[in-house]
Amino acid sequence: MSMEKDTLQQTQTLDEMLIGQYRQYKELISENDTPHLRQIRENAFQVFEKEGFPHSGTEMWRHTDVDALTEDDYVHELKAPVVTENIEDIFQCDVHDFDTETISMLNGWYTSKTGDLKTMPDGVVVGSISAAMKAYPELFEKHYGKITGSESNGFVQINTAMMQDGVFIWVPDGVKVTKTLQIIKIINRKEQLFVQSRNLIILGKNSELSLMHCDDSVDHQASLVNTVTEFFVDENAHLELYKLQNLNDNSALINSTFIKQMANSTIKTNTLTFNCGLIRNSIHVKLDGQGAHADVLGLYLMDKEQHIDNQIRIDHNVPNCTSNELFKGILDDEASGVFNGYIYVARDAQQTNAYQNNNNIMLKSTATINTMPFLEIYADDVKCSHGATVGQLDQEAMFYIRSRGISADNARMLLLYAFAADIINEISIEPLRQRIDDMVKKRLRGELSVCEKCVLHCGTPDKEYHFDIDLSQI
Amino acid sequence: MLLNIKDLTVAINGKEIIKGLNLQVNKGEVHAIMGPNGSGKSTLAAAITGRDGYEVTKGEIWYKGQNIVGLEADERANMGIFLSFQYPVEIPGVSMTNFMRTALNAQREYRGQPNIPAGEFLKLMEEKKKMVDIHAKLTKRSVNEGFSGGEKKKNEIFQMALLEPTLAILDETDSGLDIDALRTVAKGVNELRSSENGFVVITHYQRLLEYIVPDYVHVLSDGKIVKSGTKNLALDLEEKGYEWLKEEAAV
Ligand SMILES: Nc1ncnc2c1ncn2[C@@H]1O[C@H](COP(=O)(O)OP(=O)(O)OP(=O)(O)O)[C@@H](O)[C@H]1O
Ligand SMILES: [Mg+2]
Repeated sequence: MSMEKDTLQQTQTLDEMLIGQYRQYKELISENDTPHLRQIRENAFQVFEKEGFPHSGTEMWRHTDVDALTEDDYVHELKAPVVTENIEDIFQCDVHDFDTETISMLNGWYTSKTGDLKTMPDGVVVGSISAAMKAYPELFEKHYGKITGSESNGFVQINTAMMQDGVFIWVPDGVKVTKTLQIIKIINRKEQLFVQSRNLIILGKNSELSLMHCDDSVDHQASLVNTVTEFFVDENAHLELYKLQNLNDNSALINSTFIKQMANSTIKTNTLTFNCGLIRNSIHVKLDGQGAHADVLGLYLMDKEQHIDNQIRIDHNVPNCTSNELFKGILDDEASGVFNGYIYVARDAQQTNAYQNNNNIMLKSTATINTMPFLEIYADDVKCSHGATVGQLDQEAMFYIRSRGISADNARMLLLYAFAADIINEISIEPLRQRIDDMVKKRLRGELSVCEKCVLHCGTPDKEYHFDIDLSQI
Repeated sequence: MLLNIKDLTVAINGKEIIKGLNLQVNKGEVHAIMGPNGSGKSTLAAAITGRDGYEVTKGEIWYKGQNIVGLEADERANMGIFLSFQYPVEIPGVSMTNFMRTALNAQREYRGQPNIPAGEFLKLMEEKKKMVDIHAKLTKRSVNEGFSGGEKKKNEIFQMALLEPTLAILDETDSGLDIDALRTVAKGVNELRSSENGFVVITHYQRLLEYIVPDYVHVLSDGKIVKSGTKNLALDLEEKGYEWLKEEAAV
């Protein structure tokens, strides 16, 4: 393989650069592929070549300024850089009393001192997706690229075509993982990077997994991160997924999560967005087995000129499934938000229960939110409901609280915090709940930006609160 | 003098609601304010407690020797002014316990006192809960959320008992209370009565005043106090309504 540089500096738009890179370095990119995977790549590439990235005219992307992103200059690495620094030196997670098994990714590349793929004592396989492709071809054949589905957009296509690394987790049948797994993705480079990562997570029958997925940046350098994650949740398996997003104001994160659920499985996802220039979280849950249940929750706290776009789609493909969506947001300054909740109920999916709710508090009149429920129902025996609220802080409540002696700032905090608590209280890992609780308080007080390193890393001394909300009492 | 309102004019959205009102409350006194619906009783209460949007266009409100017009609502509360709301507000997600601890600590901080230790606070709460006979579970719930009408009113008095204000304004605390609750609330108020504090009790009914015996009764009509008297005035009003006052005023 002859290559003068590991990286290419683009001179064209991002899609042109990527198409050029793919043509030139196809061999390098697909060096670990089985023929099956190579075909998936090739198909995705052809679609991408034809359609490119979504743009401002694409209906589903109308409210998110994707043009500015894809017209910018990026460096896209095709080889894992030699990591000289110790990842623990630039980034540390210190959730007290919270013992996790950590998987670190630096600039999209798997980093581990203990090898690329390991089997833990309980039988769970964790490691780099590129290593897993070779080791578990039959699992890849069965699941990889299948869960994303056909309607995927240019970001998913280019990820499928050019992905080189990411996380692979396989929880075999019957294994209940007691220790939470934590994926920490850090961006740390001098150049403006385009980073792709691809994850495949498989939960076997009757298995259990709780997973944290943290996206962080350690400095103020701009980047565009394009992540695609596929989850396969087999019969009677239970998944808890916490996504923590705390990147700098110059970063953009395009996150596409696909979850396929089989009979009697349950999932609970909680997407907590604290900071980022632009985020698009697309979560697509496919309820493909009877008795499956999905809780899809989220909280976003945006300010300055940040943009958050949550696209949630739940497909009730079979009867007797239930889903519950709740997203809550607080938008300040010129921040903008989009919530698109799409519930699809197939013709035979009787006895479906699907709830959807999106509540927003706008702290300034300059903040905007676009919230759009969308129900497509072909069965007749279903219970579906949706609701959306957009409002300011309740002034009646503000006066009531202040009339007891509590300052305007603290009254505001109390109300915002109470608003967010619905989501925080759904975190079932207690030390994590406490930590997030703390972060929300900090974020609401505008103190989080000083420790942008991580959602969970709090190197800054705790500032004193004028009040202490003890959630156990709420 | 505890409260001295001089020639007060209050406007909401530019519309004058209180139109040149005078009221003096000394320490140790209970003043009842009665008057027809829409006469401005709640507006007066909001103006004294500093609600945003209630613009004092003329006059002064002196409290403990300071004109408090222009002070923030929370500062007035910290100075010892309390309002029992006619319509208490529900605050989902904030527990009563936390709300009251936060409030009490804010007031203590204002007075230069340290935060109240958790154990002491719980003891204090238990004591005051007994005093107004509110259900133990209510303090575990979110502030007023799903409380019955009567429970909300009792909860106001519970808060008052905890915060021990110097000037308490009770805005129709009696409406919605059953007979027993009315007695308990009155008992609570009477226990708090001292030579150091004062009460302004807004009510439509003479019955409350049998339990909380006022030193003075005022009638508010169209933004002004049109008649003041002793507790007997309330009896007259009960019997005759407000019409005769209007006739009297017209003469
Ligand atoms: N926000 C507002 N905007 C405009 N008018 C208002 C507002 N609040 C109160 N008012 C008006 O001011 C007047 C006095 O209202 P207020 O609530 O003070 O009466 P009240 O004496 O307490 O009556 P009630 O006995 O029914 O409680 C009423 O005519 C009311 O409609
Ligand atoms: Mg009133």
